[in-house]
Amino acid sequence: MRLGTNFVGTVRLGVKSLMLHKLRSALTMLGIIFGVCSVIAMLAIGEGASYEAQEAIKKLGSNNIILRSIKPAEEANQSGSARGFELEYGLTYDDAVRILKTVPGVTRVLPMRIIRENVRFDQNEFPCQVIGTLPFYTEIVGVDVVRGRFLTTTDETYQNNICVLTASLASKLFPFQDPLKMSIKVAGVYYQVVGIVRERNMVEQRSQTGGSENEALDNNIYIPISTSKSRFGESIMKRTAGSFSAERVELHQITVQMQDTDAVETADPQIMTLLKRFHESIDYETIVPLELLRQAEQTKRIFNIVLGSIAAISLLVGGIGIMNIMLATVTERTREIGVRRALGAKKKDIITQFLVETVVLSVGGGLIGVVIGVVTPYIVSTLADMKTIVTVSSVLLAFGISGAIGIMFGIYPARSAANLDPIEALRHE
Amino acid sequence: MVASNLETPTKAPVIHIKGIRKTYVLSEENIVHALRDVELAVHEGAYVAIMGPSGSGKSTMLNILGCLDRPSDGEYWLGGDDVSKMPDDRLSEVRGKRIGFIFQSYNLIAQLSVLENIQVPLIYQGEDPRDHHDHCVGLAKLVGLGDRLDHRPAQLSGGQQQRVAIARSLVNDPFMILADEPTGNLDSKTGTEVLDMLDKLNGEGKTIVLVTHDDATASRAQRVIHMLDGRIDREVINRP
Repeated sequence: MRLGTNFVGTVRLGVKSLMLHKLRSALTMLGIIFGVCSVIAMLAIGEGASYEAQEAIKKLGSNNIILRSIKPAEEANQSGSARGFELEYGLTYDDAVRILKTVPGVTRVLPMRIIRENVRFDQNEFPCQVIGTLPFYTEIVGVDVVRGRFLTTTDETYQNNICVLTASLASKLFPFQDPLKMSIKVAGVYYQVVGIVRERNMVEQRSQTGGSENEALDNNIYIPISTSKSRFGESIMKRTAGSFSAERVELHQITVQMQDTDAVETADPQIMTLLKRFHESIDYETIVPLELLRQAEQTKRIFNIVLGSIAAISLLVGGIGIMNIMLATVTERTREIGVRRALGAKKKDIITQFLVETVVLSVGGGLIGVVIGVVTPYIVSTLADMKTIVTVSSVLLAFGISGAIGIMFGIYPARSAANLDPIEALRHE
Repeated sequence: MVASNLETPTKAPVIHIKGIRKTYVLSEENIVHALRDVELAVHEGAYVAIMGPSGSGKSTMLNILGCLDRPSDGEYWLGGDDVSKMPDDRLSEVRGKRIGFIFQSYNLIAQLSVLENIQVPLIYQGEDPRDHHDHCVGLAKLVGLGDRLDHRPAQLSGGQQQRVAIARSLVNDPFMILADEPTGNLDSKTGTEVLDMLDKLNGEGKTIVLVTHDDATASRAQRVIHMLDGRIDREVINRP
């Protein structure tokens, strides 16, 4: 039974011996099946979860620093302005200019005004975000022009009443017509549709709106920022229950584009210092996608370690189960071992025989586990609406570990079988 | 007829045991001498029966003859090699190649078919059983089981199982067939069949060493060696 000359025969013999106790072998395999399955499934779920976060962050642009206006804390405005008065806060055009001029490594600064309004065409009316911005918005935020064109400097200079719609909004507003050249009405003003874009990333606006109407998230209308300023004014009226409140916000967001990722790290504290000097209260926040990305990667690593250890423990338990059964098998088959030794089997032949049996158990369990482990994430993602990614490396890892466990936990029972005294073994009842 | 090794050997004996002792040291005061200075020479084609009450050293003798155990002292020449001091792996090889075992309880491997059981000793000699298919089928036919090749041991009667064991013992064409109470578990009719088969093999020139405590069984052998207290007590020559 030297390896090679008759390896297939040895494996076949191992399977045959295992088939003598089908239930026992199947139960033993279960440990490995669950172990391998949980390794693959857990890593797939972890991978999927972090993938979504990372993709979202990546699209914010790893070269960018995002500044947002936030309403200052409640106690701060209570003292200054009574209810119904105009509340002034947030980023200003001056901030944008100062950042561009003083912070080294800044290539461009993109100001944005984001106003929630209803948009109307014919009988159709939807809540949406009117985003006043500059033509290079497309280059900094991930946006593809699907039809027509985006905003131009001419639009900006002449404060043209033109707009660009997101594809989803366009299809809702114009279910039957071609939206290009049509006019839509926002807050009493008509804007001509000149283009349709598809945003690659919605996360950016998500926290800004903070509204309950989620469908408004991808209902964006882009207009020149000069138009936004002249049509909506600097003050934005908000109607709350029983009273009016006005907010004066110059810019809702400034996206600072840096020349490279190294510049991001040095520029971040500089921008913070700069803003602090010109703002009385903290009425802005910064988001550094690069940092978020690193945090996400760190989180993923921790996640993988935790999930990996849980799965590894279950594999270990499976391995111990195998060892337990193999030890029982050796005792049960002592007589057979004696006979084989009498018929010319060397110690290493006996070791090979029992080791092959253990490996057949663990690798067989591993194979079944791989199948279930690949199917489980698929079921999870359809049922729980979670993204899962089964990586080839996790499959190889799980399968490799199952094989290694077979050898690790098989070696002791196999050796104890081989070390039996043939005379004693033959006499064993 | 009482005699020792009186025949003048025409050629070197296939089995030659010279001054073998086997001592078990259980504790300092308790030392068991299982074999004391045993001498035995068996020529090719001989049929030897070993008899003796339990505790006579018969089993120890069998284990040493079968290369399952090594003597404490002395030499054991089997087919031209002193096997008494061989390492474990070499002994395995000697068992596989030179000795064919037949056990009282048949000792077939339960999960294997008749044909596969016959092939087991071949496998341990590094042979591919497929190369020896005809040989193995021939042996199965020789013992009258040519039509049961795919049967499992559990599907066979005791006599049939013992015949499979005989076929298995022959597969590597050994120097000696070592039969340990081959009829002990069989009724007299099937026992007789099995013994007839051994007679036939002996007639074809196989050396047979048989351990038994049944006089009728022993009477079939040319020489009957009676053991007592770890020594060969007497030897009876039944026929030349």
